[in-house]
Amino acid sequence: MNLSLLIILPFITLLAILLVRGLKQVRTIALAGSALQLLLVLALLYLYREERAAGNNAAFIFEDGYIWYRSLGINYHVGVDGISIAMILMTALVVIAGVLVSWKMEKMNKEFFFLLIFLSLGAYGFFISLDLFTLFFFLELAVIPKFLLIGIWGSGKKEYSAMKLALMLMGGSALVFVGLAGLYFNTSVNGAHSFDLFDVANQHIPVGVQRVFFPFAFVGFGIFTALFPFHTWVPDGHSSAPTAASMFLAGISMKLGGYGCLRVATFLMPEAAKEYSTIIIVLACIAILYGAFATMMQNDLKYINAYSSVSHCGFILLGIGILTRTSINGAVIQMVSHGLMTALFFAAIGMIYDRTHSRQVAQLGGLMKMMPFISTVFVIAGLCSLGMPGLSGFVAEMTVFMGSWEKSDMFYRIATIVACASIVVTAVYILRAVGSAIMGPVKNSGYLPLKDAGWNEKLAAGLLIVGILVIGIAPLYLTELINPGTDIIMNVINKAVTK
Amino acid sequence: MKQELLVTAIIFLLLFIKLSTKEWKVETSLTVINILLFLNLVSGFFYIRTGTLFGDMFRTSELLAFEKNILNLGTFIISLQSYSWLKQHKHVPEFFMLMLCTLLGMFFMLSSNNLLMFYLGLELSSIPLAAMANFDLEKRHSSEAAMKYIMSSAFSSGLLLFGISMLYGATGTLNFDEIAGQLTTQNSLQVFSFILLLAGFGFKISAVPFHLWTADVYEGSPVAVTSYLSVISKGSVLFVLVSVLYNVFRGLDASWYKMLFLISVLTMVIGNLFALRQQNMKRFLAFSSIAQVGFILIGITGESIEGSASVIFFIMVYVFSNLAAFGVISLVSAATGREGVDDYKGFYKTNPLLSWILAIALFSLAGVPPTAGFFGKFFLLLAGAGKGNYWLITIAALNMVVSLYYYLRVVKAIFMDDNESPVEKIHAPLSPKIAMLVCTAGIILTGLMSGAYNYIHSLLK
Repeated sequence: MNLSLLIILPFITLLAILLVRGLKQVRTIALAGSALQLLLVLALLYLYREERAAGNNAAFIFEDGYIWYRSLGINYHVGVDGISIAMILMTALVVIAGVLVSWKMEKMNKEFFFLLIFLSLGAYGFFISLDLFTLFFFLELAVIPKFLLIGIWGSGKKEYSAMKLALMLMGGSALVFVGLAGLYFNTSVNGAHSFDLFDVANQHIPVGVQRVFFPFAFVGFGIFTALFPFHTWVPDGHSSAPTAASMFLAGISMKLGGYGCLRVATFLMPEAAKEYSTIIIVLACIAILYGAFATMMQNDLKYINAYSSVSHCGFILLGIGILTRTSINGAVIQMVSHGLMTALFFAAIGMIYDRTHSRQVAQLGGLMKMMPFISTVFVIAGLCSLGMPGLSGFVAEMTVFMGSWEKSDMFYRIATIVACASIVVTAVYILRAVGSAIMGPVKNSGYLPLKDAGWNEKLAAGLLIVGILVIGIAPLYLTELINPGTDIIMNVINKAVTK
Repeated sequence: MKQELLVTAIIFLLLFIKLSTKEWKVETSLTVINILLFLNLVSGFFYIRTGTLFGDMFRTSELLAFEKNILNLGTFIISLQSYSWLKQHKHVPEFFMLMLCTLLGMFFMLSSNNLLMFYLGLELSSIPLAAMANFDLEKRHSSEAAMKYIMSSAFSSGLLLFGISMLYGATGTLNFDEIAGQLTTQNSLQVFSFILLLAGFGFKISAVPFHLWTADVYEGSPVAVTSYLSVISKGSVLFVLVSVLYNVFRGLDASWYKMLFLISVLTMVIGNLFALRQQNMKRFLAFSSIAQVGFILIGITGESIEGSASVIFFIMVYVFSNLAAFGVISLVSAATGREGVDDYKGFYKTNPLLSWILAIALFSLAGVPPTAGFFGKFFLLLAGAGKGNYWLITIAALNMVVSLYYYLRVVKAIFMDDNESPVEKIHAPLSPKIAMLVCTAGIILTGLMSGAYNYIHSLLK
C-alpha cells in the first residue's frame, strides 16, 4: 500500500474544502474526508496484518521514499510498524469524532474544518515518517493550526492560552531541532550526513554525543507530552480550546511527543536513555502525582480533564523511562488508550457545555435525567480514566506497572508504588465529578428541557467507545500489533551497555 | 555583462520618456515600466555567459547571474506592488530611474573582483536610495529618513574606504584573488583592515551594533522603498558578504568566525527584543529583518558550500516572504494610510484573502512549515551547526521561539481581536495582485520543491 495516501487524502480534502462554501457543504466534505481516512487506515491495518502473516519480518513495512534534498541527505522516507499503525488508527478515530462533534460549528466553519483536517495531515505525516527531517517538519506543521483553532474558536482567556501553547510547543521543537542536528552531524553514510532513521540507527552514535543530545531531544518531545515541569501549556490550552481542538490536542498532538520520545530519543540514543532513565522516572512520577492532585482542586470539567491528561501522560513517560519490554508496550497502549479516552471525555464535556453553557461541576447536576446518552458517555470516559477493568485505561496502566515491577531495584519499586497511588486520587476526582454533575438531583430547573445527543454526537462517541472497549476487552490484538515494533526498540536497548 | 547592459538601457529609455515632450499618463508609464522589468527578469535566465572583463575587475558566473536574477525578481515584484502608491505620484520615471541605478550598482558590486570596483558598485547602490527614501515629497518623516540614511551610509562608506586603503597598504593589491593569497591572521594590520570592512558591511546589512539607523529610515520611507531597502539592498550586500568572506578572507577565517558568532547572536537577540514591542508595522518589520540577518550570519559561519547555498536560498525565500508582507502593508497603507499593528485588528473580517497572504508571509518569516521560510531557517542553522558549534544554533533556535511571539502577535490581531472600525475592504489593482500571487506561490513552493536549493547547490560546486 502506498503510505503517501495518508498525506494525499487529507490534502485533497483540504483543497475540496477550499472550493465549497456554506456549513452544510463544508462539513459534508470534512466528514467524507475523515471517513475515507478511517477506511484507508482500516485497510492499512488489514494489509499490514496480511503482510506480517505472510512472513514479512522487516522492521518497517510499506516503505516508500524519494530523494528530496540530496546534498543535505534529506529524503522523504515513510514506512510503518505496529506502533505507528496503532497511533494512526487512534488518530483516524479521533479525527472523525472531532469532525462529528463540530457538526454545528457556525462561526467561520470553512476555516475551522480546514484547520482540523490540516492537523490530521500533520499527525499522519509524523507517525509514518522514517526520516528525521520529515518527522520534524510534520511535528512543527501542527503547531500553527492549534494556535489558530484555540485563538479564534476558543473560550475564556483564549489568546493567552493559544500564545502560550504555540510558544511552548515551538520551544519544544527548537530543542528537538538541536537534538536532531546533533544526530545528523554524527552520522556518516558514504562520507555524507543523513537524517534517515535507519542510517542514524545503524551508526553507533558515540555515548558522549548521546549524553549531550538526548536531553535536547527528550525534553523537546517531552514538552509536547506534558513532561513536568513543562506541562503548564496543557491545562490552559485544553480548557480554552473548542471541543474538537481539545480532542485533537489531548488525543493526538500530545502523543506526537510520546512517540517522538520513544522513536527518536530512546531508539536512537539507547545508552543515554539508560543513563537518564532515573531522571525521566522521577519527572514522570512527579507529573503523575502532581497532575492527579491538581485535578482534585479543579471545578471546571475541562480543567479536570486537562490536568488529568498531565497525570495520564506521565504514565507514557514512565513506561518509556523504565525501559523494559512490558513497560514500553504499556506506554504505547497508554498513548492509544489515552488518545481515545481523553477525546471521548472532551467530546462529552463539549456536548454538555453546548447544552447547559456551563462547565462548573457545582452548577451541573442530575444530567442523567435529561441526557442519559451523554451522561453515560461521560461515565464511561471517567471509568476508563480511573482504570476500570474492561476498558482500555486499565490495560495500559496495568502493563506499565507490570513492566516497572519487573525490575527488582528499590527505586523502581518506589516509583511504581507512587504511580499506583495516583489511581486512588484519580478515583476521587472522577467519582466526585460523576457524582455531582451527572448523578444526584437536578440543580438547575432550566436544564430540564435540554435534549440528548443527536446522531452525529452518538456516532462520534460510539466510535471512540468501540475503540476503548476493544482494547479493554481484547488487549491481545493491540499488543500483538505493537510487539514487533517494541522488540526492535528493546533489541537496541538491551545491546546498549553503560559503564 | 548582459544583465548590466539591459538595466542601463532601461534607465536611458526612462530618461527619454521623461524628457519627451509628450506627457505620458501615469498608468501607461507604470504598465510600460512593469513590462520592461518583466522582460529584464526573463532575459536574465538566458544566454548566461561566464568570464572576466576590464582587466579582471569584473567577473560573471552562473551563480552571479542567478543572484542577479533574484534581485531582478525582487525589483519587479516591488514595482508591481507600488502601483497603488505611484499612481498618485507625479515623478514615476524618476523613481524607477533611481531604483534601477541602485540595481545597477548592486550588479557591479556582485560582479566585482576588485576592491575599487566593489566600492564603486556599493556607492552607486546606496546614494540614489537616499533620494528614493525621500520620495514622499510632502512628508517630513520621509526627508528625515533620507537624511539619516545618507549620513549612516556615508559613515559606513568611510569605514569601508579606510579598510580598503589599509588592506591595500598591507597587501599591495586591490584584486580579490591576489589579496586572498596574502592574508594571514599573523598580520595584525590585515586583521584590523578586515574589522573596518566588516563594520562597513555591518552598516549595510544593519547588523547589531550598526543597526541604529534602520528602524527610523524604514518607518519614514515610503513602503516601496522600505521593502526595497530591507530586501534587495540588504540581500545584495549579503550575497557579496558571503562570497567575499569565503573567497577573499578565507585566510582570516579563524578571526572572522568569532566575530560573526558574536555579531549574529547580538543581532538576533537585540533585533528580537526590539521587535517585541513595536506598534508600527514597518518598524516592526524593520526590527524583524534585523533579527533575520542574525540568522543569515549563522549560516555564513558554517563556512562550507552548504553555508553559502543556504544563505542564497534563504535570501531568495526572504525576498518572497518579506515582499508578500510588504505588499499587503503597502496596499493597506495606500488605501487608508494606516500602518499600526492595532489597525490590523479585525482585518480578517473585511479582507480574508489579504489576511491569509499576510499570515502566510509572517509564518514564513517565523520559519513555520510548510512555508519556505522553515526550510530556509532549517538549512541556515544546519549549515551553522556544521562546524560543531551547537551553542550557536541552540541560541538561534530559542530566538526563533521569541520571534514567533511577535509574528503571532500580528496574526492574533488579524484573526482574533475585535475592532470597531477595521480597515475597510480593499480592492487591489491587477499588478499588486500578480505580485502577491507570485510571492505566495514562491513561499509555498520553493521549500516543498527542492529544485531551487539543489540548483543553487549545483552552481556552487
